[in-house]
Amino acid sequence: MDLLYDTLFNGLAIGSVLVLAALGLAVVFGLMGVINMAHGELMMIGAYTTYVVQNLFKTGPLESLFPIYILIAIPAAFLISGLAGLLLEKTVIRRLYGRPLETLLATWGVSLILQQFVRSVSTAFFVGLLVAVAIGVITPLVSPPALWQKRSSPLLRTGSWVVAGAIGIGLASALGQVMVLDTPWFSARNIDVTAPEWLRESISLGSLNMPTARLFIIALTAVCLLAVNRFLQKSVWGIRIRAVTQNRSMSSCLGIPTEQVDALTFLVGSGLAGVAGAALTLLGPVGPNLGGSYIVDCFMVVVLGGVGKLAGTLVAALGIGVLSFVIGSGSLLVVWPTMPVALNELVTFFATSSMAKVLVFALVVLFLQIRPAGLFPQKGRMVEA
Amino acid sequence: MATNSRGALEAPNRNLDPTATSLLSVQGLNVFYGESHILRDVDLTVRPGQMVCLIGRNGVGKTTLLKTVIGLLQQRGGRVQLEGEDVSSLGPHHRARRGIGYVPQGREIIPQLTVRENLLLGLEALPGGLARNRHIDPVVFELFPILESFLNRRGGDLSGGQQQQLAIARALLGKPRLLMLDEPTEGIQPSVVLDIERAVKRIIATTGISVLLVEQHLHFVRQADWYYAMQKGGVVASGPTGELSQNVIERFLSV
Repeated sequence: MDLLYDTLFNGLAIGSVLVLAALGLAVVFGLMGVINMAHGELMMIGAYTTYVVQNLFKTGPLESLFPIYILIAIPAAFLISGLAGLLLEKTVIRRLYGRPLETLLATWGVSLILQQFVRSVSTAFFVGLLVAVAIGVITPLVSPPALWQKRSSPLLRTGSWVVAGAIGIGLASALGQVMVLDTPWFSARNIDVTAPEWLRESISLGSLNMPTARLFIIALTAVCLLAVNRFLQKSVWGIRIRAVTQNRSMSSCLGIPTEQVDALTFLVGSGLAGVAGAALTLLGPVGPNLGGSYIVDCFMVVVLGGVGKLAGTLVAALGIGVLSFVIGSGSLLVVWPTMPVALNELVTFFATSSMAKVLVFALVVLFLQIRPAGLFPQKGRMVEA
Repeated sequence: MATNSRGALEAPNRNLDPTATSLLSVQGLNVFYGESHILRDVDLTVRPGQMVCLIGRNGVGKTTLLKTVIGLLQQRGGRVQLEGEDVSSLGPHHRARRGIGYVPQGREIIPQLTVRENLLLGLEALPGGLARNRHIDPVVFELFPILESFLNRRGGDLSGGQQQQLAIARALLGKPRLLMLDEPTEGIQPSVVLDIERAVKRIIATTGISVLLVEQHLHFVRQADWYYAMQKGGVVASGPTGELSQNVIERFLSV
């Protein structure tokens, strides 16, 4: 019986992290059909936001509030990641709607840029970048408009951006001479976020030992799921989002501003990625590669659950969580100690977390061979990509 | 209210300059799908309170014309004006908010949304959109009683005729000044066809909005005040529907 509770709790704990990580993707990929390979990096941005918030609360006037900094870090992570996602939508993804392959490649490129960005960003770097973007954006606004309507204007535009970039790089390297400005903010190493005291304890229930951090993540996941569900089902924008994802052109003909709906959907999905990133800081050190280790799991969960179904995402993530724990901990051996030697060998072989992942993956692939549309396939007319 | 098609709108000012008092005015419209030329120099006018019917065989560009008027397709030449305002470069949702209600061929109900939610989407075209307007005008349930009993069903589960009624009700809730109906009776059982015809007649009588109708049923066509006949992407004949001769009917309606 203890084993059952143990399995359930740990499965739930692993699964809830997956739900949280995949929830944003379920909105962006599931509803909008955008393959966003930078989703993991939006989680990373959330994690780094949490780190920054934590540092603000560690010393100085806000120190007394340290125990509850996480409650401020989570909305902050939602906001920062959401805005980063919005920027990504406005600058890259919007131009690529209906072209999944290009979207995949472009967002993958963005994910690499973001990874390197957090590794090398320093004050000098940041100021240089800001100046370059400012010059690039402002130049067409302050120069005579006639200049930008000629045949040669694309060339001129590229040229102005090249000049802006050169100024930015020059400024950054000049500022980089000063030691203080050149120190990277985060560096390439993993960062360690100190959880407040109450999230480092554990509650014992009989023989079951439940870390409060895990319980907190489970609760956070439940809150996020309920909030997203309520937002999509009840709010005005939720109805608009569902209408646009099912029939874009007709929604537009009814008077729904589809571009705003796309932007908002992307903001919400990216923000949820940020919340997931904030939650992950409670489980251990996080680094620039955080996204890479979660993106595959996220896509797996969304596809297994059935694209466009939140309930599917939930069931798939929890199922994968429980399965990973059962295989990874080798608990079958405990239930059935007298199993044949060959089977025993097999179970032991897969009883590490990485081998468990291999087996779970294989099982998911097998399952998708039988039910290609996932656990909860969309009925009726399909959503257009 | 007199329901004959030669009501007040058959007044002598019919033959004046068409752009003078028009609600919708389409001038010299040219539309392409890729390289194929679909609409060629189409001119069309709908006046306030007028019911205009577009006839022609399959594939002559009737649906394309409606799609260009709502803004789903971009013209390569020509203009679309709504009450004198040029809306040629606006997107569909701006045109919907300026008073064009569109009931497309194939109904295009949002399948996973309930009937109630589909009706609510009709309110998006009102000023302030759905955020300001959450009340479904009960007049649509008077016109189509079946909708009230199916409010919580999913739109995709309704039959073709019920979906058509839902699509018309949805368009009406946006209080359009111009209602565009694309083959509203296509593939629908005769009793429902009569319901729809009656409803459209009543809508025009009570609200005074204009209707631009694409239709194959002669019976329904006869309710219109004015017809435009299309062939090979251009308008080849037009006039009061009262003057629709047997000859024209045989050429342009697939009856």
